[in-house]
Amino acid sequence: MSIQVRNLRKAFGSFVALDNVSLDVPGGELVALLGPSGSGKTTLLRIIAGLEPADAGAIHFHGEDATDQPVRERQVGFVFQHYALFRHMSVFENVAFGLRVRPRKVRPSEAEIRDIVMGLLHLVQLDVLADRRPSELSGGQRQRVALARALAVKPKVLLLDEPFGALDAKVRKELRRWLRRLHEEVHVTSVFVTHDQEEALEVSDRVVIMNEGRIEQSGTPEEVYDRPATPFVYGFLGDVNLFHGRIHAGRVSIGESELPAPEWADAEDQPGIAYVRTYEVNLGPAASGASSMEAIIRHVRAFGPLVRLELDLVDGGSTVEAHIPRTQFNSLALSKGHRVYLSPANVRVFAQPS
Amino acid sequence: MASIAVSRPATTAPRAVTRATGESRAVRWTLIVVALSFLAFTLLLPLALVFQQAFAKGLSAYLDAVKEPDTLSAASLTLLIASIAVPVNLVFGVAAAWSITKFDFPGKNLLITLIDLPFAVSPVISGMIFVLLFGAQGWLGPWLLDHDIKIIFAVPGIVLATTFVTAPFVARELIPLMQEQGTEEEEAAIVLGAGGWQTFFRVTLPNIKWGLLYGLILCNARAMGEFGAVSVVSGHIRGETNTLPLHVEILYNEYAFAASFAVASVLTLLALVTLALKTLVEWQQRRSASQGAADNEAGSSERIAA
Repeated sequence: MSIQVRNLRKAFGSFVALDNVSLDVPGGELVALLGPSGSGKTTLLRIIAGLEPADAGAIHFHGEDATDQPVRERQVGFVFQHYALFRHMSVFENVAFGLRVRPRKVRPSEAEIRDIVMGLLHLVQLDVLADRRPSELSGGQRQRVALARALAVKPKVLLLDEPFGALDAKVRKELRRWLRRLHEEVHVTSVFVTHDQEEALEVSDRVVIMNEGRIEQSGTPEEVYDRPATPFVYGFLGDVNLFHGRIHAGRVSIGESELPAPEWADAEDQPGIAYVRTYEVNLGPAASGASSMEAIIRHVRAFGPLVRLELDLVDGGSTVEAHIPRTQFNSLALSKGHRVYLSPANVRVFAQPS
Repeated sequence: MASIAVSRPATTAPRAVTRATGESRAVRWTLIVVALSFLAFTLLLPLALVFQQAFAKGLSAYLDAVKEPDTLSAASLTLLIASIAVPVNLVFGVAAAWSITKFDFPGKNLLITLIDLPFAVSPVISGMIFVLLFGAQGWLGPWLLDHDIKIIFAVPGIVLATTFVTAPFVARELIPLMQEQGTEEEEAAIVLGAGGWQTFFRVTLPNIKWGLLYGLILCNARAMGEFGAVSVVSGHIRGETNTLPLHVEILYNEYAFAASFAVASVLTLLALVTLALKTLVEWQQRRSASQGAADNEAGSSERIAA
């Protein structure tokens, strides 16, 4: 079941939460809405669910207009950040709730409900805890109950609002992988909201990056990470260095050095910013062409497979961060205070916003 | 105060501890004695006196006073009033608390303030309001007279005054509780396909039931015991518009002390039952609240065997 979002607008008072947002989620995909807090991602999810009305725009489920459909008829599964389990019901009754509130004609029999619920609890590996109250479960277990409860009504789409946000780092990582496997098993179209870039990149088929009520970029994790469409996406995904310079005829000059900027072939001396990933800064003992910049190592953090270096540019004095493999670090025999030459690779240049 | 005196020794030298605790013990006992003797004189002694006076002329006189037709009629009127006022305030209280905590609407703050109005004004004024509205010289008086509807000095007036005076109990109990619980569980229920009533009866009501019961018990106690507002609107017609509290006063003014205290003891028993119920409900509420707290705290350190 695919989801189409068309020109959605939503404002809370003077704060614009969504500004003309359009989005397509193909059926069966697991899509992450990624962005900082206040970027509108949760609002978008709640409007898709029907928990929040949009000011303008439309929502279609599999081509059918669902914009004015009440929440209870939309057949969506929603997982809340703080679980929102019914605290006075057992785990079993929580999962059975969506089946029990159906009109008598379409309500499954008691035996069917039992089969469905126990099947789902088995799927989330909580069948032995069916009689417990939510208060007797850990955070990770509660979120799995919430997921089973959402799946019990056979939703057309599954929506998850920061599903792992309230859990600690370790449980988070495990639940993340587990959600990925679960999605491969049930294959329901799923949208989840997160502010954790690692979570979004690791779990989803597609990442939608939002900022200030707009979609900045949408694509596979590889696409958005390797080819960020906007400076915001560059800064939001992974560590990045910024070099301020001037763009002219396909080249950007930063201090004494020059870097290629082929997409700016027609530019005539305008201010620009070059973005370089920290792991794409090459270091060497001597200058190697026009792109080289002289720098002094200010700080070294040598743990793990990557050595993190902080360098001060001799020309201009700004700080650059470089992550290089430990083997390279060892063969260059670098240490604090050394003079090195760095040359950025895969530079992406954006015009400086005036 | 006591807690300050107790906590101080922990930070001082060992010798000071013994002296400090010695002093604090004295302070503690003084405070306890003061509090308990105040309670004894103002609460326990009158309570004992009520029963002593009630049985002053023996058990049979007590039973006669309680079985007297005017007393029985006052008791049944009191029960009738409570059986109308309490359900009305149950509905009003839940509706008010629901709308205040689950929705945003213009005039919300005004409503929160207005709910407290009956507590803020003297009960006599509450009664006067209805006399001014529905009395013979009142605003709607002539119209009511034309249509032969009696409100003041009749049962409807007593019901109105009692309902007004007891209006805040349920709502005030529920608003903080429902504010704390938020709307997520209701949202979850609606997403799962539940209708409005299903959501209310299956999700909201079970979550607020102890707070609701607590509010109802207090509301009921006040509805049966209200004197001031009811006294203004009732007219004290024996066997017709006399409630138990009014009947106690009438008997007392007629120097029928034993009978007066016998009726008073019935009301006092009601108060004791209310207190016992209230304690029980509070205990239940604490239990479910501590469960809720465990809900929020419980570790997320569980690992998945997947």
